[in-house]
Amino acid sequence: MGDVLIFAEHQLGHFPKTTLTAIHAGLELAQKRGGKAIAVVASDAPDALAGDIAKYGVAKVIALTSPALKNYLADAHAQALANLVKAIGAEYVLATATAMGKDLMPRLAARMKAPMASDISSIGDDGTVIRPMYAGNAMATVEFEGPVKVISVRGTAFDAAKPGDAVAPIEKVNAEIDSASTRMEFVSFNQTKSDRPQLTEARIVVSGGRGLKSGENFKTVLEPLVDEMGAAMGASRAAVDAGFVPNDLQVGQTGKVVAPELYVAVGISGAIQHLAGMKDSKIIVAINKDEEAPIFNVADYGLVADLFKAVPEMAEEVKKAKAH
Amino acid sequence: MNALKILVPIKRVPDPATTIRVMSDGSGIATDNVKWVINPFDEIAIEEALRIKEKQQGEVVLVTIGQTTWQEQLRTGLAMGADRAILVKTDAPLDALAIAGILAKIAEGEKPDLIILGKQAIDDDSNQVPQMVAELLGWPQATFASKVEFADKKCTVVREVDGGLETIAFNLPGVISTDLRLNEPRYASLPGIMKARKKELKEVAADSLSVDLAPKLKIKTLAAPPKRQAGRKVASVQELVQVLHTEAKVI
Ligand SMILES: Cc1cc2nc3c(=O)[nH]c(=O)nc-3n(C[C@H](O)[C@H](O)[C@H](O)COP(=O)(O)OP(=O)(O)OC[C@H]3O[C@@H](n4cnc5c(N)ncnc54)[C@H](O)[C@@H]3O)c2cc1C
Ligand SMILES: Nc1ncnc2c1ncn2[C@@H]1O[C@H](COP(=O)(O)O)[C@@H](O)[C@H]1O
Repeated sequence: MGDVLIFAEHQLGHFPKTTLTAIHAGLELAQKRGGKAIAVVASDAPDALAGDIAKYGVAKVIALTSPALKNYLADAHAQALANLVKAIGAEYVLATATAMGKDLMPRLAARMKAPMASDISSIGDDGTVIRPMYAGNAMATVEFEGPVKVISVRGTAFDAAKPGDAVAPIEKVNAEIDSASTRMEFVSFNQTKSDRPQLTEARIVVSGGRGLKSGENFKTVLEPLVDEMGAAMGASRAAVDAGFVPNDLQVGQTGKVVAPELYVAVGISGAIQHLAGMKDSKIIVAINKDEEAPIFNVADYGLVADLFKAVPEMAEEVKKAKAH
Repeated sequence: MNALKILVPIKRVPDPATTIRVMSDGSGIATDNVKWVINPFDEIAIEEALRIKEKQQGEVVLVTIGQTTWQEQLRTGLAMGADRAILVKTDAPLDALAIAGILAKIAEGEKPDLIILGKQAIDDDSNQVPQMVAELLGWPQATFASKVEFADKKCTVVREVDGGLETIAFNLPGVISTDLRLNEPRYASLPGIMKARKKELKEVAADSLSVDLAPKLKIKTLAAPPKRQAGRKVASVQELVQVLHTEAKVI
C-alpha cells in the first residue's frame, strides 16, 4: 500500500529536468502515503538510464524493456506500464505533465479504470491533491476513489530531485505487450534545433508577443537580448500562431508552464491564458508600450516603452552590468 | 478516397474571455455573468472533421454529455456544418473516466472511422478524455495534432510535443485530439444557422447506457489562487537593468 511508481521519462537518451521533478514529487507522495517510491525506465535499452536514475533517492528502479518500447508510443507504453502496476501492486502512478506525460497517463488510467488528477501543484497530507483549473483561476482540492490513482505533476510546482550517495537496486523486467493490439506507428521526430537553454529548465526566460510583429524581429531584436541574458526564449500564442517562432515555445494555459527566477515579457499584453503559464515566476518584468496592458498587473517591474528601442538598449545595459 | 464517419465530442465551457471567480463557499465558480461557448479546441475539432468531409465525403456527428442547455452548442456546431448531433443528458457531475466511458459506448453504436476531440477542456484543464476514449476502445491515439493527412485508410498525424514535432501514423479507426495550430475554425453562416434548425438532434439519457458514472475523482473544494501584487514602473532601461542587477540580483 502507498507505493508510488514514477514514470522516468527520457528523451533522446537522457532525462530532462522534468523527470527529476517527477522523482521529487514521487518521493514526497510516497513519504506522505507511507509507501516506497519506485522509478520505472521504459525502453528497448534501459540499462544506462536506469543506472542514472538509481542515484536520485528512490527505493528501486525497474528497467522495463521490450523491443516494442524503442520509440515512445502511447498504446504500447500504457499496456506495459499497466501490467507492471498490477504486478508490483503500486497504489499511485506519477509522471510530470510534459507532452509525453499528458499523452500517456490518461491512457494508462483508463486501462486501469483508475481516476487521474492532471497537472497537480501540491500534495496534501490526507490523500488529496491540489490542481489548477480555469487557467489557474481556481485551485481545486480533489480526492480519489479506487485502488489505483494516477497523477501528473506540474513541473514548476516541485523541486528537482538531487543525486545522493545511495544507489537503488535495479530490477530488469520484460514488458508484457500484446503487439496485436498496438496499432500506432512512429514515423519521425523533427527536433527544433536550439543552443539555448530549455524553456522549462532555464533560470531566465525572455518571451516575445505579437508586439514583435515578425519572425525576423524575433531574430534581430529579441534574440540578442535573450542570448546576452543566457535565457531561454518563449512566446505568446499570438506570436506562435503568426508563425514567428516554433509551436513549442508557447507559454500559457495550453502551452508550457514556466516559473523561472526572471521572466521578461516583451510586447505581450498579458491575457489570462498567457498569465496561466508564467505567473509563478519569481520576478516578472514587462516591456509594453501600452501602460494599461494587463501584464503590468502581475509585473514586479514594468517599463512603458517601445520595445524596438528598449530591447536593444537593454541588451547593451545587461552586457555592461555583467562586466561589473 | 473513402468516405469517413467522424464523431466529434464537444463540451460547453465559459467563454475564454470571461473572468472566472470562485464562489466564497468554495462550491464552484460564479456563473451569473458567464457566456457559454463551445470549448475552443472542440471548434477546431469540428472544423477539421468538416474539412475531411469536404475532401472525401462522409458524415460528421457531434456528441455532448451534459444538460439540456448544452443543445445550444450542438446547434452552433450543426450550423458550422455538422450533419447531426447527440445530447447525452445528465445533470450529475462526471469525471473524465465516466465521460470517456460514455463516448466509447456511443462510438460502439455509431462505429465512426475517426473520433476528433479537443486536447483540453479550458474549464477543467484536464487533458484526459481523448486518451481515455482511445484506450477504452483499444484504438490508436494521436494527441495534440497540428496536421492530419489521409492516404486510404492510413492516417498520418503531426503532433506538437516537447522539443519539436512528432509524426505518427495508424490505420483507421483512431482518435485524434486537436492542438491550436491545426486549423482556424469557420463561423456559422446565416444559411448554416437556418439549416441547423432542421438537423437531427437526438437525446439519450446518460444513465440508460450502462456505463459506471460514479465519479472516482471528486472535487472537494475550489479556492481562489493567491493573488500576485503589481510591482512598480521603472522610468528607463537603465533603471530596469540596475534594479535587476542590484535589487533583485537576477542578472
Ligand atoms: C483556447 C485558448 C487557449 C489559449 N492559450 C494560450 C496560451 O497557452 N498562451 C498564450 O500566450 N495565449 C493563449 N491564448 C491566447 C490569449 O488569449 C491571447 O490572445 C494571447 O496571449 C495574446 O498574445 P499577445 O499578448 O502576444 O498579443 P496581443 O494581445 O495582441 O498583445 C500585443 C501587445 O504588444 C504590445 N505592443 C505592440 N507593439 C509594441 C511595441 N512596439 N513596443 C512595445 N509593446 C508593443 C501591445 O501594446 C500589446 O499589449 C489562448 C486563447 C484561447 C482562446
Ligand atoms: N462533457 C463532455 N461532452 C463531450 N465531450 C467532452 C466532454 N468533456 C470533455 N469532452 C471532450 O474531451 C476533450 C478533452 O477534455 P478534458 O479531458 O476534460 O480536458 C474536450 O475538448 C472534448 O472534446
